[in-house]
Amino acid sequence: MGIRIALAGNPNCGKTTLFNALTGSNQFVGNWPGVTVEYKEGKYKGDKEVKIVDLPGIYSLSPYTLEEVVSRNYLIDEKPEAIINVIDGTNLERNLYLTTQIVELGIPVVIAINMMDVVEKNGDKINTKKLSEEIGVPVIEISALKNRGLKDIVDAAVKAAKEAKPQSPKHRFNGSVEHAFAHIEELCLHGIEDENVQRWYSIKLFERDEKIQEKLGLSSDVIDHIEKDIASCEKELDDDAESIITGERYNYIGTIINDCVKKAAKGLTISDKIDRVVTNRWLALPIFAVVMWLVYYISVTTVGTWATDWANDGVFGDGWHLFAVGSSDYTDAADEFTANQLIVDGYDLYVEENGSEPTGDFEYPVEDEETAAVDYETASLDDYAAAKAYVEANEEPDPADYGVWVPGVPVFVEAGLDAIGCNDVVKGLILDGIVAGVGAVLGFVPQILILFIFLAFLEACGYMARVAFIMDRIFRKFGLSGKSFIPMLIGTGCGIPGIMASRTIENDRDRKMTIMTTTFIPCGAKLPFIAMVAGAIFGGASWVAPSAYFLGIFAIITSGIMLKKTKMFAGDPAPFVMELPAYHWPTLGNVLRSMWERGWSFIKKAGTIILLSTIVVWFCTFFGVVDGAFTMLEEDQIDHSILATIGRCLAWIFIPLGFGDWEATVASITGLVAKENIVGTLAIIYGASGDVYETMRAAFTNASGFAFLAFNLLCAPCFAAMGAIKREMNNIKWFWRAIGYQCGFAWVIGLIIYQVGKVFTGEGFTFGTIFGIAGICVILYGLFRKDKYNK
Amino acid sequence: MTLKDVKTGDTAKVVKVCGEGAVKRRIMDMGITKGVEIFVRKVAPLGDPVEVTVRGYELSVRKADAEMIEVE
Repeated sequence: MGIRIALAGNPNCGKTTLFNALTGSNQFVGNWPGVTVEYKEGKYKGDKEVKIVDLPGIYSLSPYTLEEVVSRNYLIDEKPEAIINVIDGTNLERNLYLTTQIVELGIPVVIAINMMDVVEKNGDKINTKKLSEEIGVPVIEISALKNRGLKDIVDAAVKAAKEAKPQSPKHRFNGSVEHAFAHIEELCLHGIEDENVQRWYSIKLFERDEKIQEKLGLSSDVIDHIEKDIASCEKELDDDAESIITGERYNYIGTIINDCVKKAAKGLTISDKIDRVVTNRWLALPIFAVVMWLVYYISVTTVGTWATDWANDGVFGDGWHLFAVGSSDYTDAADEFTANQLIVDGYDLYVEENGSEPTGDFEYPVEDEETAAVDYETASLDDYAAAKAYVEANEEPDPADYGVWVPGVPVFVEAGLDAIGCNDVVKGLILDGIVAGVGAVLGFVPQILILFIFLAFLEACGYMARVAFIMDRIFRKFGLSGKSFIPMLIGTGCGIPGIMASRTIENDRDRKMTIMTTTFIPCGAKLPFIAMVAGAIFGGASWVAPSAYFLGIFAIITSGIMLKKTKMFAGDPAPFVMELPAYHWPTLGNVLRSMWERGWSFIKKAGTIILLSTIVVWFCTFFGVVDGAFTMLEEDQIDHSILATIGRCLAWIFIPLGFGDWEATVASITGLVAKENIVGTLAIIYGASGDVYETMRAAFTNASGFAFLAFNLLCAPCFAAMGAIKREMNNIKWFWRAIGYQCGFAWVIGLIIYQVGKVFTGEGFTFGTIFGIAGICVILYGLFRKDKYNK
Repeated sequence: MTLKDVKTGDTAKVVKVCGEGAVKRRIMDMGITKGVEIFVRKVAPLGDPVEVTVRGYELSVRKADAEMIEVE
């Protein structure tokens, strides 16, 4: 049988670097069963029989955080053959605190003192021989970054595993505490053979660890009995049990440090100097703004958008120009041709409508592709003559004539399907269903990867902890973490990387709350829809777009406060006692690896749901009954589709919100594939009977229009973002809670806007107003009710 | 006096950690135990939390939690 070695240590001790150095590419990354805590396992490069398990970074083995519980359950129940305890040599005192607990588990331990290169550079001296004697386990100096001592540490661990003689902890507590341990062991732990394990359990019982009481299945009699021992000990030492244990451990470490460590008299380290500037009272916020702007500018505005456009419109669209050579020339040529073509078409349209040729200037329509808005421009007869000559002299530009044109995947596939004479239904399924679905999954990957380079860098260099430090005050008020700022910022560009960015939040509840609320912020894909509503219903009013952002911020704040008080977020308040690690330059390998792991997990875990739902919606949109026969539909036959039928069945849900017709319902459903699809769908539906914007204006009032906008901004995001939510929640129940909450909240807000909005738009007080006011009361109750789950 | 009242740039010695449960345990796990010296380095730009040095490393503590730490 192979040997399993667990890596245990504090966060920021270089454990991940060591793990990567030991295992190379032989890694498996997943989650611990049922929780979002990451699980990593790999085979040792030097010996495939040695399996290395990377435990989460922890400070202690207390029962209060998920990471610590996961780690100690693994160590106690799975009993790996050996533990490598990784310690940051520049911060021995706090790191050894975990060591004092790990050596009590009855598993052979070897200590790896990491970052020895930095320790030496600082001029500090650690007497490892003495340290090894005092703790009673082998101590090896390493530097994971500089590949120093890596073979030694694994050899030592393997040797310890083979000998299988766990150290007995050298540390003894105060006499009366030891006395209490003896009592506890006698009382309920004699069934456990291993003396070390017995001791560990008795310490935990002394600390009143409820998880261990439960695990051992102790009767209340026994617990009462133990309680007496603890109480008398507490009385004698005038402190509570947990404080006694913790205090004594640290005192013990103090004596070890005195014996083994000589610190060079030091001035300010480089890290201190950086920190003085970066979290300076006056400079911190400007620097923070610049860093965030940089992250946003590169990963959303520029490189991120290029990457997404390339993936969506290039690889999964018509095609793209290799290295962008010829791209702008083509765009210029195409724009010029289109401009001329529009004038010619407009002239023909005039002739068609009026039955005669225009005698002077005439108007022609120009449609905006994104928002389906139609503008009218004026052309003179001279313009027409010039345009006609241009169109006749030139052919429509072909992108293949400029630079090296690489056709997109759909173009390839379509050509292939045509070549084998595929029928239309199968062709439609493959092209508009499967290929489009795969495109929806992969289209976001480049942008996710770019964002994750930044996040990995910010995390590894130590700035991420400072982000939490700087923003904590604002965000904790509504149950979020200071680190929630980044997901929300990124969410204004695209919700998918935004949700994925919540990964950097350690606290489980803060992270879940962030995932649930991030997509309330209008993302880039919602902008065309916002512009459409503003243009069609509100005559292009400039307040509509900003109001969408205020609505998003309002939704996040109210949701944070309301959710915090619900049962699902109940429990002890999360302590915000956070280490601010020393700044250091991250290694490229670690940053890239972290980026790739996260990107891949999105493809793997989110891919299926995105693909399937895209196919289902495609099927419902393009199939239906025409003249009594079930058939595949053209785009403009959407009113015959299955989707329209579903829309008609569901439309009643939106009657209280003022848009209970199948058109709006269907548009909302297609918005789930991608939010910008709402515009396309409405353009098809309303375009059938003339001008899209005019028809839309007739279909909505101001109140129902804004309710429609609000509902679609706040309800469940697109399938790709839902996939990201599913992946990050890693729990199907929480996934449905998130989607359910978003839709429910969106509905109530839509109700309030429509019913109360009617009062102000001239319809006066109606029966429905009561429901609108009831909606407000529900929100107010949620905001101001007593928080009975948290003190 | 509690840690909340210590001025930036001052050092104080912990007398007792009050409170209970997860928060208290976490504070102690991070090395804030009876007798240890805490140096208050700075206050965050928005006035909360505070950054302290304890046992040779930097720690960020909310003022509400700092109130649970009695010092002298």
